[in-house]
Amino acid sequence: MSVQTWTFVLVAASFALYIGIAVWSRASTTKDFYVAGGGVSPLANGMATAADWMSAASFISMAGLISFMGYDGSVYLMGWTGGYVLLALLLAPYLRKYGAFTVPDFVGDRYYSQLARIVAVVCAIFVSFTYVAGQMRGVGIVFGRFLEVDVNFGVGIGMAIVFFYAVLGGMKGITYTQVAQYCVLIFAFLVPAIFLSLMITGTPIPQFGLGGVDQASGVPLLERLNGLHQELGFGPYTSGTKSTLDVFFITAALMVGTAGLPHVIIRFYTVPRVRDARISVGWALLFISLLYTTAPAVAVFARTNLINSVQDVPYSSVPEWFTKWEDIGLISFDDANGDGRIQYVGPESSLTNELTVDRDIMVLANPEIANLPAWVVGLVAAGGLAAALSTAAGLLLVISSAVSHDLLKRSLMPEITEKQELRAARIAAGVAVFVAGYFGMNPPGFVAQVVAFAFGLAASSFFPAIILGIFSKRTTREGAILGMVSGISFTAAYIVYFNFVNPDANSAENWWFGISPEGIGTLGMMLNFTVTIVVSRMTPEPPAQVQALVDSIRVPRGAGEAHEFSM
Amino acid sequence: MTESFANDQEDTGHSIADEDTAARHAEYWRRNTRLLGALLVVWFVVSYLCGIVFAEALNTFTLPFSNFPLGFWFAQQGSIYVFVILIFVYVKLMNDLDREFDVDEGASS
Repeated sequence: MSVQTWTFVLVAASFALYIGIAVWSRASTTKDFYVAGGGVSPLANGMATAADWMSAASFISMAGLISFMGYDGSVYLMGWTGGYVLLALLLAPYLRKYGAFTVPDFVGDRYYSQLARIVAVVCAIFVSFTYVAGQMRGVGIVFGRFLEVDVNFGVGIGMAIVFFYAVLGGMKGITYTQVAQYCVLIFAFLVPAIFLSLMITGTPIPQFGLGGVDQASGVPLLERLNGLHQELGFGPYTSGTKSTLDVFFITAALMVGTAGLPHVIIRFYTVPRVRDARISVGWALLFISLLYTTAPAVAVFARTNLINSVQDVPYSSVPEWFTKWEDIGLISFDDANGDGRIQYVGPESSLTNELTVDRDIMVLANPEIANLPAWVVGLVAAGGLAAALSTAAGLLLVISSAVSHDLLKRSLMPEITEKQELRAARIAAGVAVFVAGYFGMNPPGFVAQVVAFAFGLAASSFFPAIILGIFSKRTTREGAILGMVSGISFTAAYIVYFNFVNPDANSAENWWFGISPEGIGTLGMMLNFTVTIVVSRMTPEPPAQVQALVDSIRVPRGAGEAHEFSM
Repeated sequence: MTESFANDQEDTGHSIADEDTAARHAEYWRRNTRLLGALLVVWFVVSYLCGIVFAEALNTFTLPFSNFPLGFWFAQQGSIYVFVILIFVYVKLMNDLDREFDVDEGASS
C-alpha cells in the first residue's frame, strides 16, 4: 500500500475509535461534564493528562526545535517536565482535597472575592484560546501534507471530531478519548525512533542510542554530530549559544507555567482521593517522559540524517520527500553560487547557506528521510493528530467550564438549574470549537509565539495565587488580586513591547538583565509573589472561615465528600 | 521559604480534643513542608545546577558507560529521570506520613 493509503486507513481507524469512545461515555450531569464524575482511576488519569499535556507542539515541533537548537533546546525538555514536580508537591493534592470544578473556583473561594474569580476566569480563557488555535493549526498541517487535502478542510474535519466528543461527553468523553489518544501518539512517536536508533547506532533503545556510537563512522554519535557542525560552521551541538541566565529563566518560566496551566490542573479534580491525585501526577510524568527522553534522541538522529542526505547533494537528484515538502513551502533551496548542489552550512562558514528547512517538519519528515516503511509514515500522521486533538479538547473544556460554571453559575446567574448549566456548558464548548477553528484557518501571524508566551502568563498569574493560597493563610484578597494583576501585566507588557511594539529592539543587549521575552514570566512570577506577600501583610487577615478552609485542604482525610464552600 | 509558612499555623480549637487535633495537624503540616523542601532541593540541583549553571563545566566529563557529555546528559535526559523518581518517592513518603498522623483517607475519622 502507498503512504497515502496507509495514512488514510490509520487516521480513519483512530477517528472511529475516538467517536466510539465518545458515544460510550456520554455525560449526563454537570459533575460528569466538568470532572468526569470524579471517578477516574489514577493510571487512566495519568495517561489522559499526558495526552492532554502533549500537544501538537510536543509531538510535531519539539524534536525539530531541539534538532536545530542543540543544547539550548534543553529549556523545553526540563521546562515541560520539571513543572510536574511542582504540580505533584505543591498543587495537585491540595486542589483535589478542595474539590472544586475549575481553577477560578478555587481562586474565587480562597480569596473570598468575585473580582478575584473574574480575574482568574479572564486569565484562564486567554491562556486557553491562544493555545487551542495552535492545535487546530497543527491538525491542518498534518491533513495538508499527508492526505493532500486543503488545510482549511483539514481543520474542519478536526473541528467536527472534537465537537462530537467534547460537546457530547464533556470531561468524561475527553478523559477516555485521551487515554486512547495517548496510546496512539506514544506508539507513533516511538516506532520511528526505534527504527532510526537501530539504523544509526545499532541499539533499539533511542535513549541509549543517543549516547551510543555512530555505526557509519565508528565515532560516538554526539561527537560525530559536533564534528559535522564544526565542519559546516554551526556551533557545537552539545553547547548552547543562549546565556546561562536566560536558559535559567526560560526553563523556570516553562516549569512554573506548566504547573499553572488550567487544563492540566483540572485533570487532578477527576480522581476520587487525594492520594490518587498524587500518584496520578507520577503516572502522568512517567508517560510524558517516555516521549520527552526520546525526543532529544530523535532530534540528533534527524539532524545527522538531514545533514548526510542533503549536504553537497546535486539538486537534480534530491529524494522524493524533499520535493514534496518544497511544494508546500516548508523547505526552500536557493542556489546562491549556481553550482546546482545544495550547500547547507552555518553562520560561521565561509560559504553561503542555500537551504532553509522549517523546524516543524523534522518529526513528520523523519520517517521518509530515513526511508522507513509506508505504514510508519501514516502512523506518524495519526499520532500528530492524536496529540493535537487531545490537547484541543482539554482546552475547550476549560473555556466552556469557565463560561458556564464560573461566569454563569457562580457569578451572573446563580439560580440556573443543573440541567440549564449543563446545556450552557455544551453550548459554550460548541462555540469555542468554532472560534478555535476560525483561528486555525486564519491564524494570526503570531500564534506560535503567543503559545510560548502563554506559559509566562500562566506563571506570572495563577501559580503564586494558588501556592500562597495553600501555603500561607495570611494571604489576603487584596494581596492576591494585586499580585495577579501586576504579575500578568508586567509580563504581558514586556512581551508585547519586544514582539509587537518595538520588534527591532528584541535582542539580548536591550533585554533587562539579558532575559528574553520567553523567560520574563519568571520575573513576573517573582513580582507577583512580592506584591502578594507585601500587600497581604498590610491588609486585614482573611475571615476565619477562609482560614478554616485552608486548614481543611492541608489534610487529606475527607476528600471523598463534596466540598461546596460558599461565601 | 517553606519553613516560614509552617509558622502560620494557629490553634483555632476550643475543646481539648479539638486542640489535640489542631496540634497534630500543625505537626503534620510542619513535617510535610520539610519533606517538600528536601525534595525541591534535589529538583533544583539536577535541573538548574547540573543541567544549566554547571552544565558547561560538567561537559568535560562523560557519563559512565556511555558517550554523553555529563552536563548535556543532565539537561536532556538525567533531570527528567530524576523528576519521575522524585514524584514516586514523594507519593510513598506522603502516604506513610498520612498514616502516621492518622489523616489518611479510607480509615474512619
